[in-house]
Amino acid sequence: MTEVSVTKDAIPPGADDLVVLKNVNKHFGALHVLQDIDLTITRGEVVVVIGPSGSGKSTLCRAINRLETVESGDISIDGKPLPQEGKALARLRADVGMVFQSFNLFAHKTVLENVMLGQIKVRKTSKAEAETKARGLLDRVGVATQADKYPAQLSGGQQQRVAIARALAMDPKVMLFDEPTSALDPEMINEVLEVMQQLARDGMTMVVVTHEMGFARSAANRVVFMADGRIVEEAVPEQFFSNPRSDRAKDFLSKILKH
Amino acid sequence: MDVLLDNLSLFREGFFGTLKLTGASAIVAVVVGVIIAGFRVSPVPPLRIFGTLWVTLLRNTPLTLLFLVAFFIVPKVFFPDLDSFLLATLACGFYTSAFVAEAVRSGINTVPLGQAEAARAIGFTFTQTMRLIVLPQATRTVVPPLSSIFIALTKNTAIAGAFDNVELFNVSKTLSNDGYDIAMIFLWITLAYLIITYAINGLFRLMEHRLEVAR
Repeated sequence: MTEVSVTKDAIPPGADDLVVLKNVNKHFGALHVLQDIDLTITRGEVVVVIGPSGSGKSTLCRAINRLETVESGDISIDGKPLPQEGKALARLRADVGMVFQSFNLFAHKTVLENVMLGQIKVRKTSKAEAETKARGLLDRVGVATQADKYPAQLSGGQQQRVAIARALAMDPKVMLFDEPTSALDPEMINEVLEVMQQLARDGMTMVVVTHEMGFARSAANRVVFMADGRIVEEAVPEQFFSNPRSDRAKDFLSKILKH
Repeated sequence: MDVLLDNLSLFREGFFGTLKLTGASAIVAVVVGVIIAGFRVSPVPPLRIFGTLWVTLLRNTPLTLLFLVAFFIVPKVFFPDLDSFLLATLACGFYTSAFVAEAVRSGINTVPLGQAEAARAIGFTFTQTMRLIVLPQATRTVVPPLSSIFIALTKNTAIAGAFDNVELFNVSKTLSNDGYDIAMIFLWITLAYLIITYAINGLFRLMEHRLEVAR
């Protein structure tokens, strides 16, 4: 393949791989939703996964922290293979932040408690310390004034930013975004994307499944295009959007970039 | 009226006997029921199987049969020195725990899957996810069926009266043996049961109301 190397130039290949998927396969019944997936994400890299719906991109994202189990293949995070369900997996998941399409904030806890809970119960930080950090993070994502409200009282965009703060509170090594803006009203998409842009600029390692091509263009180091359970194409954004190699990607882009 | 006044202390003993038995069994039922419900939704297959067996076995066995097992097999085979109150509590408690487990499980199923996924993604263990996120949100749905279960439990404790426990039903038998008018005995006994079941009813209505406000 002729693709441009998108790993950070100074880093020798393989030395700083944070998330590695090797030959991963999964079926949903008869549907082969992940087919021989090989994907390596290096530290500090922002990888945007795009593709038509049903192409397996959400499943790929969820497989990285084993919310979705895979049938064969290896997934490792920071050199450690994903363990079986249990305490070790819980510890590893704490290092992997996840942001969901439907926010999934804890409905019976206030915004502040949502951001504090993981720190206190998983990281065992003191309450005072957790609160300071939570307030700082809420301020960073621009919802500091909503700290004492319940999630249902917030707009979708605000809830999603709280969800990002909740994930960041665990000091994750990598953040997974599973279509973070797909459930949002159009005017709220940008406020969430801006927070994500900022995160990307700050050097967070991110895997983002999205339909926001603008975000892919501006924030991604690499675009991964999936279709029918396969990774069809990987390239830097400029190359992918201006000159896609595969017919499948050309077809996809012609459909979504027409308007 | 004579029945009540002549035997006030016996009635009192019976009333508190039923109350004690109901309370103790309810505690056993809730603790075991919640654990079993947890087992039934756990990711560990052996626990799931155990939970399903527990519920199937206890829910489908007549309570009288459980009492027979508790009073004639358990002391012979396992623990010879358990007193009749403890045995009755275990029989009623375990029996009711199967119903509690199903009520709790139905409550767990009303909590959106995303809540548990988010909890797991943060790094909570299964127990933490249940205790901190899922069960608190399930409580609201579980409270109304629980009140029915506890009222049924109150009436079920009558069987313990036939197994060497002093409670209301047992008192009625003693008094009718003493030759009092059976209709009057039953009237007072019924009233005593009503006091307990109505108290449970009120308690749960209060709880429902408070949980509603808390949201």
